[in-house]
Amino acid sequence: MAQTKNSELLKNPLNLNNPITVQVLGICSALAVTVKLEPAIVMAISVTVVTALANLIISLIRNTIPSRIRIIVQLVVVSFLVILVDQVLKAFMYELDKALSVYVGLIITNCIVMGRLEAFALGNKPLPALLDGIGNGFGYGAILVIVAFVRELFGSGTLFGVQVIPDACYELGYSNCGFMLNPPMALILIGIVIWIQRAKVKELQEK
Amino acid sequence: MDALNLFIKSIFIDNMIFASFLGMCSYLAVSKTVKTSVGLGAAVIFVLLVTVPVNYLLENFILKPGALSWLGDGYKDVDLSFLSFIMFIAVIAAIVQLVEMIVEKFAPALYGQLGIFLPLIAVNCAIMGASLFMQQKNFPSIGTATVYALGAGIGWFIAIVLMAAIREKISYSNVPAPLKGVGIAFIVCGLMAIAFMSFMGIKL
Repeated sequence: MAQTKNSELLKNPLNLNNPITVQVLGICSALAVTVKLEPAIVMAISVTVVTALANLIISLIRNTIPSRIRIIVQLVVVSFLVILVDQVLKAFMYELDKALSVYVGLIITNCIVMGRLEAFALGNKPLPALLDGIGNGFGYGAILVIVAFVRELFGSGTLFGVQVIPDACYELGYSNCGFMLNPPMALILIGIVIWIQRAKVKELQEK
Repeated sequence: MDALNLFIKSIFIDNMIFASFLGMCSYLAVSKTVKTSVGLGAAVIFVLLVTVPVNYLLENFILKPGALSWLGDGYKDVDLSFLSFIMFIAVIAAIVQLVEMIVEKFAPALYGQLGIFLPLIAVNCAIMGASLFMQQKNFPSIGTATVYALGAGIGWFIAIVLMAAIREKISYSNVPAPLKGVGIAFIVCGLMAIAFMSFMGIKL
């Protein structure tokens, strides 16, 4: 079997095999938490942690799971990890946890986690599985940060809650594009990200 | 009147797809033809209608702080809410499995139509999301929770069927190569979400 190099496991999901733009997994949470950069980054870190650890655990016990009940086993492992993440967020970042609302719980049903478990962790050794999880978490995070950056910059004129567009611009008549804060813009922005990516990488284009 | 208001609201204003992006993964994957999307949409409505009331009972009689007080005074302070994720997903996975078996036994024709979609629903964010929203919104009775589930399901159904119809037509048009497939689907979905925003602020 041609073993994929470990470095590629980390690198591929960032571009060629990005979980959001290429595999089209995990869109739900990606769109909803990207109004501001801060929750987007927290969400990206949470998903990375959950995906990496879930991949590791499932890969460690992959030979003992009967295939008929593997979905339930995966769900239990994932929800255990998500509960841990949720409790940590509640303890140390209560405000952010409120802002993320149900989307932390929804990491359980995030298709990235389940998708990677099914597609990779069940058939690979623990170390590659861990790296695959981290790589996919980062790939997911990268798109989140891009979308959140654009939405926060143009929607509220701030980055991480700090105003970056100088007052002078507002005095000249510039105003924030409130529409960026609405859900539809997230969809359209991701569409545009896909557009740019596929225009650059021709082999990703669909026929 | 409140129930009707909630019903309409959960279909159009708090639409699962366009307002909270739940169930996007299967939404984009399955909305290629109208026929399959009707099947998946119907399955989602059905599963929502069963899981949300069950999870409502679970939430109010076992998980909520003080919910265990029916067991006696000693249990008044027990707060099991940290278990809610794992309980909800277990209930959903179990019910989906049950529904699959029941449908297979009693309605083989329907089973054939729903086919692979039923097991997939267990990991559909819309189902889990509806349960979590139910927990967050603190509905006063199981009736309201059921109405909410029905509305959310119908909203999802409408969204996926509309999308499938548009995508069937798009396949005949000349989309720029890099946008073909998923890209244009995202943008179409965004435009539809803008249209759905016009429902905002409607009060009954």
